[in-house]
Amino acid sequence: METQPKKQDRVKKEPLIRLVKRDALAKKKVVLIYAIAIVASLVLSALICALFSSKNPLSFFGALFEGAFGSPRRIWLLLQDTALLLGVAVALVPAFKMKFWNLGGNGQILVGGLAAISCMYYLGGKISDALLIPLMIVASILAGAVWGVLPAIFKAFFDTNESLFTLMLNYIATGLVSMFITIWVKSGSGILEPLKYGNFPGLFGSPYLLTILVFFILAALMYVYLRYTKHGYEISVVGDSPNTAKYIGIDVKRVIIRTMIISGALAGVVGLFLAGGIHHTISTASANNMGFTAIMATWLAAFNPLVMMGTCFFIIFISRGMVEVRADFGFTNDSIANIVIGLVYFCVIACSFFITYRVVFRKTGAKTLESDEKKGENAV
Amino acid sequence: MSKKILSLVLAVVMLVGAVVAFSSCNSEKKDVKAALICLHGDSSTYDKNFIDAFKQACANKGLTEENYTIITDVPEGTECYDKAADFADNGYNLVFANSFGHEAYMIQAAKEFPDVQFCHATGTKAHTENLANYQNAFASIYQGRYLAGVAAGLKLVELYGDAEGKVSDENAKIGYVGAHPYAEVVSGYTSFYLGVKSIVENVTMEVRYTGEWYDETAEKTTAEALIAAGCKLISQHADSMGAPTACENANVPNVSYNGATGKNTFVIASRINWVPYFEYIIDCVKEGKDIATDWTGTLANDAVKITAVGTAAAEGTQAKLDEVAAKLKDGTLKVFDCATFTVKGAHLTEYLADVDDAGDFVPETNVIKTENGVTFFDESANRSAPYFDIRIDGITEVG
Repeated sequence: METQPKKQDRVKKEPLIRLVKRDALAKKKVVLIYAIAIVASLVLSALICALFSSKNPLSFFGALFEGAFGSPRRIWLLLQDTALLLGVAVALVPAFKMKFWNLGGNGQILVGGLAAISCMYYLGGKISDALLIPLMIVASILAGAVWGVLPAIFKAFFDTNESLFTLMLNYIATGLVSMFITIWVKSGSGILEPLKYGNFPGLFGSPYLLTILVFFILAALMYVYLRYTKHGYEISVVGDSPNTAKYIGIDVKRVIIRTMIISGALAGVVGLFLAGGIHHTISTASANNMGFTAIMATWLAAFNPLVMMGTCFFIIFISRGMVEVRADFGFTNDSIANIVIGLVYFCVIACSFFITYRVVFRKTGAKTLESDEKKGENAV
Repeated sequence: MSKKILSLVLAVVMLVGAVVAFSSCNSEKKDVKAALICLHGDSSTYDKNFIDAFKQACANKGLTEENYTIITDVPEGTECYDKAADFADNGYNLVFANSFGHEAYMIQAAKEFPDVQFCHATGTKAHTENLANYQNAFASIYQGRYLAGVAAGLKLVELYGDAEGKVSDENAKIGYVGAHPYAEVVSGYTSFYLGVKSIVENVTMEVRYTGEWYDETAEKTTAEALIAAGCKLISQHADSMGAPTACENANVPNVSYNGATGKNTFVIASRINWVPYFEYIIDCVKEGKDIATDWTGTLANDAVKITAVGTAAAEGTQAKLDEVAAKLKDGTLKVFDCATFTVKGAHLTEYLADVDDAGDFVPETNVIKTENGVTFFDESANRSAPYFDIRIDGITEVG
């Protein structure tokens, strides 16, 4: 980030404000800074909520934790939603590590879900669930993989912009979902009733446990894949420098395509669970925007799937907690909750910025740049 | 000493017993804890109409803020079950959800929590599910739409009518922004159209759909497209301010839904007043009475309302509306009078509707009736949610 001043600039004038990359801070210190940022943002949020209602700002914190942990059902749902978001983050992370900006999570989830629902709709009741569910699994993974590999092929062979390509595919996926709903629901209501067949069984009597286990295990596997396998190494080399990758004999096209098949397929699995495990129906809103929310979870975790478990949990904790805050504070729309969630994100992202960089102001007087830099490095 | 203590203890026990016994006489009446689940927040005119009515009814029935909760932005998926069950977990005994797609999940919750009353607006399944604690409600909003149509017709005459009050075919074209091509919308726009037709005989209407109940951008652009297609007046069945805004920008009169828009081009709006229903279900839960499986509000029981006429309304609108409303109330005027409209050139004598909504989309109930010499489509009689899904002559659906 630091702008390397040219030689002649050095004797001239240094910029008023500069950003200097910090040496790595101690882990303890980083955690402490994050904690302070989060607490500060929550205090600010409490004040904002109190400002727009007649409630005591202190009751904000009670409601936030009550909403997230207030009953066994709420805890289960907190974990289930965390697992789903984690699933999407796990899908996105290999692409991001490769610096392939997959913004098509929503679309990949939707086509995965649509594939599963199509199996349930056309084959439900005609074949046994024992046959139907494996078929749904295969269909979702394939559909997600196709939605992932399309932009990868164009990127690999024609160097098209993957961000736009994946974004556009989101719209096509949404259109496909509404098209199929229009075909299936002849009353025109636009609502597909929950389907009775192909519903995932509960695990140990819990309807939530299977989803939670699957995505936490997938996150752990992704950690191993990225860190300890040859594929993982290839992904990070291609991400850091495609030219280096070529030079050391990595087939860059192959890596891009392979990785996006994995990325899309995993997003398809999230769609599969939404369709078969949770809603048993589909709508254009089924992806719940997780394709975008998960981007933040991966970045905050610095692309580490194990840390993503924490960032996903945090994001879901705030959003589920805010549901209770809204109900308690009598907010009958989501704008204040969005302000609060945005504020918390903002504080966390800002503090991750200041952990990585420090701001250096130009000193008055005739100090040279070099001496200033040296001083700066000793500080912190 | 010990005797004294014993007698004292006995006295206390008896006193406590008496207090408990007497107070239990009153506990026949249950405390009501009511929850409202909304699909969108109060920026949606549809949801705002529910939210305002719910608050009003709770206040009228003495429920304090501790005893009622409103939760918004609950999607039409398992989230609705999760919220309904969560309310049941937390001691709520009355849960109401306001969107069509919530129904399956409300039924799921109703089966799991038999002691909690679950009520649902716009749903179709209560009369076939036969659950003691699950009910549907709607209103004969087609009456309100018809009245709004009358006001629209008067506006067209004011703007474009010749000396005899006739409007040319070109100027007698109006537009309608619909959400989904679904009976609720079809019933609404047809009744609106028939209201206009009662004033402007040669009126035609173009209907375009957005495919979403709430999509401000799509509603605005759809209204703009209708205006560009030559529609001289716009009405809508969609929940945002999109269409009213488009009308205001183009200076085209607008007939709204769910409440006044405050715009200069605002003619009138119809809306469902949910206060009577909310008060009714709160009373039922309080007194332990059964709630009607299908409750249909009407003009007569104050559930169907039209707003005060707007600045854009034609002169004499209110007097005409009072006259028509009186006829609708006493039943001498039927909105869907088969003599007033044709389907493919013919008047209806029989029509099967999919009233049971069993998921097969196969119609099974004849809903054409004849009373006092008038043959009419008997809307909302077999269940509260509308089932008029006929495309009549004079109305074209585009896209």
